[in-house]
Amino acid sequence: MPESSAFAPQYASVPHRDHTAELGMWVFIATEVLLFGGLILAYLVYRHAFPQGFAAGSRHTKIVIGTTNTAVLLTSSFLVAWAVEIFSPATTKIVTWLLVGAACLGLVFIVLKGIEYGKEYDEHLVPGIDFQFAGPKANGVQLFFVFYFVATAIHALHMLIGVCLLITLAIICRRAPTTRHHAALHSAALYWHFVDVVWIFLFALIYLPGRSSS
Amino acid sequence: MTEWRPPFALVGAWLGLLVLLALTVTLAYVPLGAANAVVALGIGTIKAGLVAAIFMELRHRSGLTLIFAGAGLFWLGILLWLGSMDFLTRT
Repeated sequence: MPESSAFAPQYASVPHRDHTAELGMWVFIATEVLLFGGLILAYLVYRHAFPQGFAAGSRHTKIVIGTTNTAVLLTSSFLVAWAVEIFSPATTKIVTWLLVGAACLGLVFIVLKGIEYGKEYDEHLVPGIDFQFAGPKANGVQLFFVFYFVATAIHALHMLIGVCLLITLAIICRRAPTTRHHAALHSAALYWHFVDVVWIFLFALIYLPGRSSS
Repeated sequence: MTEWRPPFALVGAWLGLLVLLALTVTLAYVPLGAANAVVALGIGTIKAGLVAAIFMELRHRSGLTLIFAGAGLFWLGILLWLGSMDFLTRT
């Protein structure tokens, strides 16, 4: 793969530059871990306080959409990992299509999420806008849905940013790719996989509790 | 002509993740009491480990990269541990 001739003076070599970029991405991901970690801590505290309400709220989420979306996201991560693995001047076409495919799966995820939000609105489950839930568990269910909407909306925002990144890289990689583009693609891929990992945990916390009881 | 094919590890990780997804959804409907939450988060952790090791290529990394990648988890551990200590032990 051709190396871009110039690199900034603080680097000893091209691999040094690329290694530094990867470390920088991991630092950014650490800050993101703490963003979602705060949300998850809040979830654990309130689930501990309202276990019945959280189980009841969870049963009102759409598990078919949630499971489909998890599979969609895992598959898009696979396509991105594949693109990083085979990236070279000889494979620009297929790398471009892999990235476009992954971005399209990201959009599918967001559209399905929107459909799910619509269904929850129809069922009067959106706190602060239209929340109606009868019975003694109402407070716990409402807290569950506050977490649900805040966490999934922040996650969906990350998805949108990721889709823009993948499209940008697909356009860049279509031209003559260099080691610099490979490093950029690798950083974007780390971000995309991280958003996938966040969803794996959100899926377990949002959709699965309370399914075995009624 | 094989350079475009995905490596076996990537395909294996992808299929493994889909199997684990099916398994976690199925087990959520099996009444296990308090163990349901442990199973769901346990399988989630295995899935996250697969993504980190194979998709994020951490299995090929060493030293500084692993420290940088692990730092976020370490801080998350402190956040969740000290943050949950009071309400989990309060009587």
